[in-house]
Amino acid sequence: MRGLKFIIAGILFGIVMSKSEAISWFRIQEMFRFQSFHMYGIIGTAVVLGVIITYVIKKYKLRDYQGNPIVFTPKEMSIPRYLIGGTIFGLGWALTGACPGPMFVNIGYQYWAILIAVGGAIAGTYLYGAIKDRLPH
Amino acid sequence: MLEFLSQPWPWYTSGIVIAFVMVLLLFFGKSFGVSANLRTICSACGAGNNVKFFDFDWRAQTWNLLFLVGSVIGGFVSAEFLSNGEIVQISQATIQDLSALGIAAPDDLQPEEIFSLEAAFTLKGFLILLLGGFAIGFGARYAGGCTSGHAISGLSNLQLPSLIAVVGFFIGGLITTWILLPLIF
Repeated sequence: MRGLKFIIAGILFGIVMSKSEAISWFRIQEMFRFQSFHMYGIIGTAVVLGVIITYVIKKYKLRDYQGNPIVFTPKEMSIPRYLIGGTIFGLGWALTGACPGPMFVNIGYQYWAILIAVGGAIAGTYLYGAIKDRLPH
Repeated sequence: MLEFLSQPWPWYTSGIVIAFVMVLLLFFGKSFGVSANLRTICSACGAGNNVKFFDFDWRAQTWNLLFLVGSVIGGFVSAEFLSNGEIVQISQATIQDLSALGIAAPDDLQPEEIFSLEAAFTLKGFLILLLGGFAIGFGARYAGGCTSGHAISGLSNLQLPSLIAVVGFFIGGLITTWILLPLIF
C-alpha cells in the first residue's frame, strides 16, 4: 500500500487545520480585518520553518526516500498572472473562508454546505483551463 | 491525553505541523500543493477530451488525491474524536464588526449564516458558496497555486512569483471583506 503514507500525511494536515481553527470562516475574517495574530502566526511559523528546511535541503543536496535528489522547480516570472489570478483567488477565499485544503477538511467536519463551494471550485478550474489561452499570463 | 488534544491548538503547533507535512511530501518525492487536485479531478472526469489543459496523465497525481482523502479523514477525526465542542475564540473586535453585518458571534467553528443547510439552500447562500468556490478554483489555477503551493511552498523557496500571488490573495481578500461583504449582508 504505497499510497498509505500520503493518506497519513493528509490526515495529519486535516487534523491540524481543524484543531488550529484554520478552517474557520471566522478566523479568516479576523485575519482580513487585521484583528488577530492567529492566522499570521500559523502561516508565519510554517514559512519561517519552511525557508530554513528548504535551505538545508538545497545546501546538503538531500535526497528523497527513493534516493532521488529533491529539486525545487523555479516558477516562471510574470506579474499579471500571479497578481490577477491571486486577486481572484482572494475574493473567493474571504467569501467562503476556505482555501482548497480547508475546503476538503470541512467536508470531513461535516459542514456539507461546503460541497457547493467545492463544486464551484471544480467548475472554476475547468473554466480557467478552457479559456486560459485568452488570458494575460 | 485525548482531553489535552481536544482543546483548540495554538497557532504555532499548526505552523510547525504544516511545515512538517511539506517536508514529509518533499521526502516522498512530491511537492505540497492542494489546488492541483482540482485540475486532476477535472481531468479524471474526462475534461481532457475537450480541453487541452486537462489532457495529461492524471493517474500520476493519484498520490495528491490520496492526500486529499486523508485531509477529509483528518477533518472527520477532529470533529468526531478530538473536539470538545469549544467555540472558536475570535477577537472581540471581529465579533463586533461581524454583528454589524448581521452575522452572529460564533457558537461553533463556522457561521450559521453561511454554513447551515438552511442558509446554503437560499438563493443568496447558494450563490455565496458557489461563486466563492468558483473564484477560488479559477484564481488558484490562474495564479498557478493556492495557499499551500504559493504561500507555504513558494515562499519557503523564496520565489518572487509566489510573493506576488500572496499579495494578490490579500488584495482579493480585502476587497471581499471590506467592500463586498457589507454589500452582500
